[in-house]
Amino acid sequence: MKEVWVFIEQERGIIHPVSFELLGIAKKLALALSGKVAGVLLGYQVELLVEEIFSYGADRVYLIEHEVLLYYRHIPYVKGVSELAKKYQPEILLLGATPLGRDLAGGVATQLETGLTADVTELTIDKETGHLLMTRPAYGGNIMATIVCSQHRPQMATVRPRIFSIPEREPLHRGELIREQIEFKEEEAKVKRLDFIPKEKMVNLEYAEVIVAGGKGVGGKEGFGLLQEIANELGGEVGASRLAVEAGWISYDHQVGQTGKTVRPKVYMAFGISGTIQHRAGMQNSDYIIAVNTDPQAPIFKIADLGIIGDWKKIAQALLRALKRERGFYE
Amino acid sequence: MLNILVSIKQVPDTTNIRINPETGTLIREGIPSITNPYDVVALSLACELKQRYGGKITVITMGPPQAKASLREAVEFGADRIILLCDKKFAGADTLATSYTLAETIKFLQKDDPFDLLLFGKQAIDGDTAQVGPGVANRLNIPVITYVIKLQDIDLINKKIIVHRKIERGVEVLEASLPVLLTCEKELCATPFVPLEQVIKATKAEPEVFTAEGPVIFTREKLGLKGSPTQVKKVFTPELKKQGKIYNLEEVPLEKVIEEIIGVLKEKGLL
Ligand SMILES: Cc1cc2nc3c(=O)[nH]c(=O)nc-3n(C[C@H](O)[C@H](O)[C@H](O)COP(=O)(O)OP(=O)(O)OC[C@H]3O[C@@H](n4cnc5c(N)ncnc54)[C@H](O)[C@@H]3O)c2cc1C
Ligand SMILES: Nc1ncnc2c1ncn2[C@@H]1O[C@H](COP(=O)(O)O)[C@@H](O)[C@H]1O
Repeated sequence: MKEVWVFIEQERGIIHPVSFELLGIAKKLALALSGKVAGVLLGYQVELLVEEIFSYGADRVYLIEHEVLLYYRHIPYVKGVSELAKKYQPEILLLGATPLGRDLAGGVATQLETGLTADVTELTIDKETGHLLMTRPAYGGNIMATIVCSQHRPQMATVRPRIFSIPEREPLHRGELIREQIEFKEEEAKVKRLDFIPKEKMVNLEYAEVIVAGGKGVGGKEGFGLLQEIANELGGEVGASRLAVEAGWISYDHQVGQTGKTVRPKVYMAFGISGTIQHRAGMQNSDYIIAVNTDPQAPIFKIADLGIIGDWKKIAQALLRALKRERGFYE
Repeated sequence: MLNILVSIKQVPDTTNIRINPETGTLIREGIPSITNPYDVVALSLACELKQRYGGKITVITMGPPQAKASLREAVEFGADRIILLCDKKFAGADTLATSYTLAETIKFLQKDDPFDLLLFGKQAIDGDTAQVGPGVANRLNIPVITYVIKLQDIDLINKKIIVHRKIERGVEVLEASLPVLLTCEKELCATPFVPLEQVIKATKAEPEVFTAEGPVIFTREKLGLKGSPTQVKKVFTPELKKQGKIYNLEEVPLEKVIEEIIGVLKEKGLL
């Protein structure tokens, strides 16, 4: 039976949502291959996560628990995943294109001497050959390339968060748990964590329901202050184009696009963003796109559901007033 | 004394890329080649470390003959030895074949004098894969730390290094034993000041050229296109979604537009 594997990314017992997104697409791929979906979970004292993995559609979970796996380190995690893959021979292995997933994937693919495609945005099975078709942007998103790995197994890919949606949770769905014992020694890890400095403020861009984004056209830091106020009214986050980030108006954590975050909010508002391909690459999957720009030719209008030709500030100020009114704060 | 290896790649400057809309292929004419910006960070760090601790910098790149330009640039940063891996048999390599070719070359270069520090870019901006660094480290059986934003300390006596690594939730402070392979983020190091005589020296520098025939002994099947498990099946230009409603504020009153936005927010359950 062919298996489609998803590496379950967890830190301190919290599963990264991208792993659920991947379980969803893995199920579709497994269906096309008449195969099964399996989650691969490594860590220390993480067994209580197994049920959750089943409830997002996994038929099997491979579990390796060891003290050395308490937090992510390249060498032991590569060893764990590679040894599992050598033993059980999955057809496909998917990982999130997060810092952790990318770091791990490069090592595992080398150990298994197989192909690895980074930052995939589309996954399907070729009906004729049964191979996995992996589509990804290349050259800064200017072109798309479909990659295959026909002669080697597993076929490996990293996928960005928010490319696929999280599947419906089935709380009662259960599968088979396979515990695997592997020897690890602390010295083997060769790297030790001395400290961890958490971010002061986490920007939850990828999973925000509303994003109020600004670009070069917003003109400065004060402009982003106004956008932040709108975002606050809606319980959303502020996004930005690369030029706005490079201008120092807002931090990199807010950047949307090819070299920033991929987002898919219910509503994405783009103020003073031209909408180059690199920016669109990160936001075109949004449910509804509202764009405000003075230039009728701006490419952002080509993907906007609602485009407004005009000055961003006028709209933003009027919108903020209207939102306050809606929520009962009369000025 | 530090023995440093830097692996760099020459890439097309993707800011200026244009695509032929009919064929979906890259218009190569007039696209300048640059040294991958993250690799420039790696070179900068090597330069700074050499100035501080003394030592030697070896720089390698795999690519076509024009990649020599990037190696000459490396000499400005104080590279002592520059090597171009250039052969038709290397061409068409994916990340697995690239990491094989680079790792075998590194093994050859460090036979008598092992490297302490191997510096790679976080990723190359043409493919954005970030796979080659971890791949090489695995083949050399040494630790790798990706996304390094700060080098806090190097202890040359105990052969240890402390670095800061950027991850999603914050910054990890990690200690590793040397040798170690680091992949460099932009923040890691600013471009250093380069003395004029080094710039002049760079213009005259000629790299050593290594081919598939030697001096490194390669397994042929693992090189280039032949050694690449992934193949590009199709290339196309992404299509744009159909256009929606457009209002021009010169024609439509502001209130109507705001009303419409509020309507959308309500419909999506956000208000
Ligand atoms: C490899 C690579 C990766 C990249 N990655 C990213 C990425 O991840 N994210 C990203 O965003 N970019 C990325 N870029 C950069 C991208 O190509 C663009 O340069 C950038 O997105 C442009 O930002 P902008 O739209 O804010 O600026 P501009 O293109 O300068 O657009 C500003 C817009 O504001 C409009 N405007 C001006 N004044 C007003 C006003 N008063 N009211 C309303 N509108 C106004 C203008 O008409 C214009 O359309 C990348 C580039 C490369 C080469
Ligand atoms: N052809 C090459 N020659 C030398 N170094 C390379 C080559 N390709 C990639 N690298 C190195 O690997 C890093 C990551 O590249 P990539 O995995 O392609 O994103 C680059 O920043 C370089 O340091």
